[in-house]
Amino acid sequence: MSENHVVSPRLYLLVFASLMVLTVVTVAASRYDFGAGNTVVALAIAVLKASLVVLFFMHVKYSGRLVQLMVAAAFLWLALLISGSLSDYVTRGRVNHGSATRSPTGAALEDR
Amino acid sequence: MSEAVAHHGEPGVRHRALAHHFEGLPEQKEAAGLGMWLFLAQEVMFFGGLFTVYTIYRNLYPGAFAVGSAHLDWKLGAFNTAVLIGSSLTMAMAVHAAAVGRRRQIVAYLLLTVALGSTFLGVKVVEYAEKFRHHLVPGAHFRFEGPLARPVEIYYSLYFAMTGLHALHMVIGIPILLTLAVLAHRGRYGPDYHAPVEMTGLYWHFVDIVWIFLFPLLYLIPAHAPH
Repeated sequence: MSENHVVSPRLYLLVFASLMVLTVVTVAASRYDFGAGNTVVALAIAVLKASLVVLFFMHVKYSGRLVQLMVAAAFLWLALLISGSLSDYVTRGRVNHGSATRSPTGAALEDR
Repeated sequence: MSEAVAHHGEPGVRHRALAHHFEGLPEQKEAAGLGMWLFLAQEVMFFGGLFTVYTIYRNLYPGAFAVGSAHLDWKLGAFNTAVLIGSSLTMAMAVHAAAVGRRRQIVAYLLLTVALGSTFLGVKVVEYAEKFRHHLVPGAHFRFEGPLARPVEIYYSLYFAMTGLHALHMVIGIPILLTLAVLAHRGRYGPDYHAPVEMTGLYWHFVDIVWIFLFPLLYLIPAHAPH
């Protein structure tokens, strides 16, 4: 049964080394100016690191389909919630700009 | 990579950890794993709310977030990232030791994980103390010169909420690891039954994943971020 796979310590060490290298890469990347790309690069590296942890340290690569479905559903649901919330916030200024119903966060604190 | 298949218990003999409503230990373990992942899915939503708030406010006040981030010591953040990744390795090794039935190794790796987790929390205490000294803790004593004071306070509110809840998860995890170490020492876990070690491992790795996102988002906002 797939549930009883024992992952070799060598693979764990390899994953650990990759995570350390990616940590160095994420620090180094923050020193360069990619404009808005900095956040994209930082998040891409974080997603890669998280995937390594989920697949190998958390054994999802060797788990049953039900567990894999659950993990995928969790992150898909998170993406839905975040993009749903953001689709509201990023469009508020355009819809209500200058009107009395301006959003509370639309009134910039930096202007006060 | 070599992968061995752990052996099963004697057929017909019920393991003492096997609950009466399960056919066998593999079935019980699968149920435990599913339950643990359901809990972790909830944890993803729990932290997800904070990450959403972070995204919204960082887009509103990118300049203030860069200024706030510059007041954190990225070296301490990077050190703690390495420590936590190391603790994930020792945790994975503890599960491995249980799966192959090396009792003393389970205890040793669990205690190593506790030591690394405590190191992380110790560094966090040093960082928090420094923020208290510099009046960067949101509230009545928050002091920051200039027009960015209010949004910088928002950045620090998120910093303390996110790292604080993350640290709380570790504070909860460490006594669980110590309990496991005691039980492992008494010989409770072996190749047939080590679900508690594995489930705690899932929790510990999840906490590591949260930090993997927190580190770049809080410590590494470039000063040249668009204002």
